[in-house]
Amino acid sequence: MSVLAYLIPVALALGGAGLALFFWAMRNGQFEDLEGAANRILIDDEDDKSGAEKIEREADR
Amino acid sequence: MNVPVALDAIERAELTDSRFTVPGMRCAGCIAKIERGLQDVEGIEAARVNFSAKRVAVRHDRSLDADGLVAAIGKLGFEAQAAEANPLGQDDSESRTLLRALAVAGFGMMNIMLLSVSVWSGAGGVTRELFHWVSALIALPVVAYAGRPFFASAAMALRHRRTNMDVPISIGVLLATGLSVYETATGGEHAYFDSAVMLLFFLLAGRALDAMMRNKTRAGIGALLSRMGKSARVLAGDGSTRAVAAEDLEPGMLMLVAAGEALAADGVIEDGRSMIDNAMLTGESTPQSVARDDLVHAGTINLANPIRVRVTAASSDTALAEIARMMDEAGQSRSHYVRIADRASRLYAPAVHTLALLAFAGWMIAGVGLHQSLVIAIAVLIITCPCAMGLAVPAAQVVASGALAKRGLLVKDGSALERLAEVDTALFDKTGTLTMGEPVPRIDRLSSEQKSVALALAQASRHPLSKGLATALEGKGVTPAVVGSLCEVGGQGISADWAGTRVALERTDIVGRELSSTLRIGKELVAIPFADPMRPDVAETLAALRVSGIDSRIVSGDRQAPVGALAIELGIAGDAEMRPDTKLALLDALKADGRRPLMVGDGINDGPALAAAHASIAPGSASDVSQQAADAVFLGRALMPVALAVAVARRTMRIVRQNFGFAIGYNVLAVPLALAGLTTPLIAAIAMSLSSLVVVGNSLRLARVPSGLSS
Repeated sequence: MSVLAYLIPVALALGGAGLALFFWAMRNGQFEDLEGAANRILIDDEDDKSGAEKIEREADR
Repeated sequence: MNVPVALDAIERAELTDSRFTVPGMRCAGCIAKIERGLQDVEGIEAARVNFSAKRVAVRHDRSLDADGLVAAIGKLGFEAQAAEANPLGQDDSESRTLLRALAVAGFGMMNIMLLSVSVWSGAGGVTRELFHWVSALIALPVVAYAGRPFFASAAMALRHRRTNMDVPISIGVLLATGLSVYETATGGEHAYFDSAVMLLFFLLAGRALDAMMRNKTRAGIGALLSRMGKSARVLAGDGSTRAVAAEDLEPGMLMLVAAGEALAADGVIEDGRSMIDNAMLTGESTPQSVARDDLVHAGTINLANPIRVRVTAASSDTALAEIARMMDEAGQSRSHYVRIADRASRLYAPAVHTLALLAFAGWMIAGVGLHQSLVIAIAVLIITCPCAMGLAVPAAQVVASGALAKRGLLVKDGSALERLAEVDTALFDKTGTLTMGEPVPRIDRLSSEQKSVALALAQASRHPLSKGLATALEGKGVTPAVVGSLCEVGGQGISADWAGTRVALERTDIVGRELSSTLRIGKELVAIPFADPMRPDVAETLAALRVSGIDSRIVSGDRQAPVGALAIELGIAGDAEMRPDTKLALLDALKADGRRPLMVGDGINDGPALAAAHASIAPGSASDVSQQAADAVFLGRALMPVALAVAVARRTMRIVRQNFGFAIGYNVLAVPLALAGLTTPLIAAIAMSLSSLVVVGNSLRLARVPSGLSS
């Protein structure tokens, strides 16, 4: 039964870590813009876009 | 919020943050356009969009002021308004508190359950005592933290000598915790920490759902009166101008109002002639031509030319503020509405308390001793704790509002759904509600050359007809012609030079029943007629409402002729030339008849009626004030979401009643067991989870909207 001396604190620490992480995420504003995060994935990277523009410009010439 | 650009400390000192609401952003492209476009502007360090709240946070140089930033966003093609410095509203902080409490209760529940299961499966002696002590150690802080929302609400109710759902919850939780501590200290067999914490977890889940539902739809809705000009440029005696905040304006001051600006106060025009967009105030879609000595109102928008306006009434004396006041008073009646959960708890709470007290007294008389009697009384309280009831209403309402949101209808809160289910009369505004509210031109007869010239001209003007024309032509893929020396004369039209030919979009002189505008190319004249088309499914919607037993009628601020014609076409009653106060009077008369009216309208002039009606819905194109006052907002061109909202609200209330029925049935079965002293904490825990699961499962049926009603 002495294993309990380790297991209970470990279980509590893991749960506590999860809780702390959730609190951190809330304070950090991770849940502030859920729809925005879903949309941002569709935005092309700045560099890619300018690259595409460059190609188009060269094609025009 | 991660700002994409890192700033060093020296620069930071000179930078400041501002927030703007940009209601027009709809997609990923808009996010990219605003963020990148703003970063290219001189003096702006970084911009970050919050899409859910339709807000932009800008970090910029102090030399840039709010007007400059609004103009910069305007240049990117988005209308923006300066937002409050602190974006965290009260509602938001409430749901955050609940979420935190829910997380803590969840953490506590899982860990205590882990220990309880081993006690239930037979752990005895020192192990059991140790587990009880560890449970106590977890449960006490968890109950103290996660129970606060209930304790605070119960204390508030008791202070006002009332009782609500939170009173039995608080008493049950506190007694169970207290008794468990006593049991633990005396080495007793049962501890109830698990029940107490689980109870809090389930109830908090219901509350958090309720709060999140409210926030989600409110987030996108702007602040009251944001349409009204926030400040005005005032001309001093020596010819210099300065910006004066709207609330500091005084009668007698001379305002300079540029084209495209909203007026900050009521006044009389001293100099200049222009077109005024009154749509937000009166619902009238045609812009009004104004000149010297004409009266103009705060909240209207100057479309064409700069004008000088002598202030006659400012801030709280304006016509707009008067409407806001009327709305405020009208909204009072709605705050007296008692939600179904509270109505149920008025009967439920006293019954439960009496039962627990009787159990205690009964067992004391039977002579089992103080301790055993107390345990049984607490078991009764825990078993009957309105756990399933706390979930019964929010679970159903959240699922229903999620299903409605997918169909383009955003319901603000649960109370709105409850009231929507009860309506029996529907009042519709005309312009912008039954109709699209925007002039649509008939352009099929124009040649492609005429189309491209018309687009070049229309693009340059802020006049509503020009905007409608530009939208329609762009939608057809027309490319604008290249024109030079554009010139707009308020009330006359816009003209330009196109390859040596004079071209113009002009006002049509003939005042007919229809709006129209004239396109001039050299000597050639073409009339472009405009119409404000009806929403495509008005007749079907009215028919669907009729089937649900709801009578419809039109109440409009527009003239008798168009309203009467529309009413006859739709086969319903119609009232024309209604002002905000006459709309209110009509609603009061209906209420006095015992009817429960639903108001559907969009303009600021509908605001008081929207606030006073039993329930109200506004289209997404409505003014901020109306969206604020309404219970629900529908998006898109179809009117069907209105009928759908009523149907789904009624179905939701049926499910809620079923849930209540189930919760009561469960109590009827469980209470005798508890009274007889046969319930152990294990049975209580299983029964509680099971009843909550059944209630949630039953509510999930609402996710399917009946196919017959889908639009």
